[in-house]
Amino acid sequence: MTFSRRRFLQRSAIATTTLIAAPAVFRSGAFGAENPIVVGSLHDQSGPIAASGTPMVYALQLAVDEINAGGGLLGRPLKVIHYDTQSNIQMYSQFAQQLAVKDKVDVVHGGITSASREAVRPTFDRFKVLYFYNVLYEGGVCDRNTFCTGTTPAQTVEKLVPSAMKKAGKKAYIIAADYNYGQITAKWMTKYVKDNGGEVLATDFFPLDVTNFGTTISKIQAAKPDLILSALVGGNHTAFYRQWTSAGMKGKIPIASTTFGLVNEPTTLDAAESDSILGAYGYFEELTTPASKSFVEKIKKAHPDSPYVSELAACTYEGVMLWAAGVKKAASIDRMKVIAALEDGIAFDGPSGKVALDKPTHHTTRNAFLAEVKDRKWSVLESYSDVKPADTASVCDLVKNPNDTKQYIINL
Amino acid sequence: MAIYLIVALDVLNGISSLFLLCLGLAIIFGMMKIINLAHGEFIMLGAYATVISANAGVNIWIAMLVVAPLFVGLVGLVIERCLIRFLYGRLVDSMLATWGLSLLIIGIVTTIYGNTQQGVPTPLGGFSIGSYQSSYYTLFLAGMAVVMMAVVYGVMSYTRFGLIARATMQNPAMAATLGVNPARVYMSTFAVGAAITGLAGGLLAPVSGITPGMGGAYVAKAFMTVVGGGAAILSGTMSAASLFGAVNQVGAFFTTPVYGEVLVFTAAIVLIRLLPQGISGRFFKGNL
Repeated sequence: MTFSRRRFLQRSAIATTTLIAAPAVFRSGAFGAENPIVVGSLHDQSGPIAASGTPMVYALQLAVDEINAGGGLLGRPLKVIHYDTQSNIQMYSQFAQQLAVKDKVDVVHGGITSASREAVRPTFDRFKVLYFYNVLYEGGVCDRNTFCTGTTPAQTVEKLVPSAMKKAGKKAYIIAADYNYGQITAKWMTKYVKDNGGEVLATDFFPLDVTNFGTTISKIQAAKPDLILSALVGGNHTAFYRQWTSAGMKGKIPIASTTFGLVNEPTTLDAAESDSILGAYGYFEELTTPASKSFVEKIKKAHPDSPYVSELAACTYEGVMLWAAGVKKAASIDRMKVIAALEDGIAFDGPSGKVALDKPTHHTTRNAFLAEVKDRKWSVLESYSDVKPADTASVCDLVKNPNDTKQYIINL
Repeated sequence: MAIYLIVALDVLNGISSLFLLCLGLAIIFGMMKIINLAHGEFIMLGAYATVISANAGVNIWIAMLVVAPLFVGLVGLVIERCLIRFLYGRLVDSMLATWGLSLLIIGIVTTIYGNTQQGVPTPLGGFSIGSYQSSYYTLFLAGMAVVMMAVVYGVMSYTRFGLIARATMQNPAMAATLGVNPARVYMSTFAVGAAITGLAGGLLAPVSGITPGMGGAYVAKAFMTVVGGGAAILSGTMSAASLFGAVNQVGAFFTTPVYGEVLVFTAAIVLIRLLPQGISGRFFKGNL
């Protein structure tokens, strides 16, 4: 047989094409039936946000393991593809693309800071990948492709501010982190202080790398408030509570916070520095319901050195379970069918109690809790059941505008 | 009236903590022209050495003033022998290598101790001026800044080691012909710089949030101050720390913390534009 150059080129072309096409053919053909359902996960396990992200990954893994132990979904096992986003927004964008385009995941759970959520949400919209954001945040995201399972200010700040004012007095001083979460949360604090007949003396914002709070402490003393409302974020900002105590101010002006505890503050600070700080969240590790106890036990058993199991971990667990309930109801993994099912009265009894998805906002109706730090633990003072995401509901109606993809800044 | 005293204390606090944070860097950068991007991690190691030994039962003062500088000094010595000594005179390479080193140190500490670390409460407590409260620890930090300044001045001006170090800094080749071994001087200077940085980390530990990434919050300001100060280790660093510390604190008090930061960076840009050699390039020429 003559082996001409032309034939050689033809044959190599055919061989190359076959090789390149092979994985695609095999994937959809031979392994099609047992193909796992792929769950994407984007959480920070290193960098400044890692203390928040690590328990979220544990909770996601726990939920997936439990679903798999129960036979998976639609007869298919779940598989997690996880990327550590390293507290870096650029990594979020990059890995979001990778999850959507290369890994072709069926759903993504993840994002921690509001900045990271806004970095990845458009990507998942564009590539039509269902997205769950399981973190408490400032509210207002209105996007049919996105479900926000964490609490929003109308669910927590609304409870926190009046009870703190009842204890302390009517004049408040707000200190908050200088990015979208802090800015918007400060607005909510202002609104609820005014709604309850109080007055905001001043609002100060701090870039995330501020470590010296000396002047702020002096300014607070000069303003003489009855109460401090804090939305400080991250490891550097815990310095505020230290310097506050070292100036001898602890106990003189009470502090209520929407973020205290999210990077493990009750454990990292001394009891003298954290005692009697008030907080309100959708979940506390110290809740004594059987569901909560067994959830914490399972996470601590698998990861004995896990940081505090906060609302972030509980919402992640509940988020995965809500999604699974939606898939079961839809009897399909098709994105639009799952969204339709999720909008059709899906609820789950999780560690924090009953969590129900709200159709017009894609947020959750859930329980909220008010607690106070005592001896480096939260002691839950009060619980509020079935609190609605009223803030987002005031601006967002996905039934009327299903094509909306905006985050509304709620005008206060 | 009391409020002015309190603001003055805040300014003092800003200046002294900035000075303490920069001194080790100024020694390393000023004498050896090594840009140590792992400076923030040396601070972090000092803070960790303090809180971990204090939580293990060591007296807090010993943990801060002895354990932290000794430990970080030793780490600095090892790093100089294994990494830095190959990089003298290679400015860009030293930046890349020390940046990698900083990531490595953060990674090691995170692996061992996790992402959060229980801190130590601030010793000493507070006092009041009029109706205002401040902390004795602020005064202690200022005192430590003065002590460190005196120690470095004393060692550099009045001891044989200081003389040799200054000679090596000015002209290593000439010092070598006179029988000094520059490699050894560099090694000990680097270790001393690291130890001072560790001390700063230890001193700031009780008033900071302790995380493996905490160094990132300090490194930019430390470099700005050292570059703004110019070649003279003490007078340059002190004057730049005073300028930036005061601008930051006064700015933050009268406007907001955000503008406090903005003002510092603006001041740094203007300063470098007007005095490219730093403050000591113009005003304290030839001083320590």
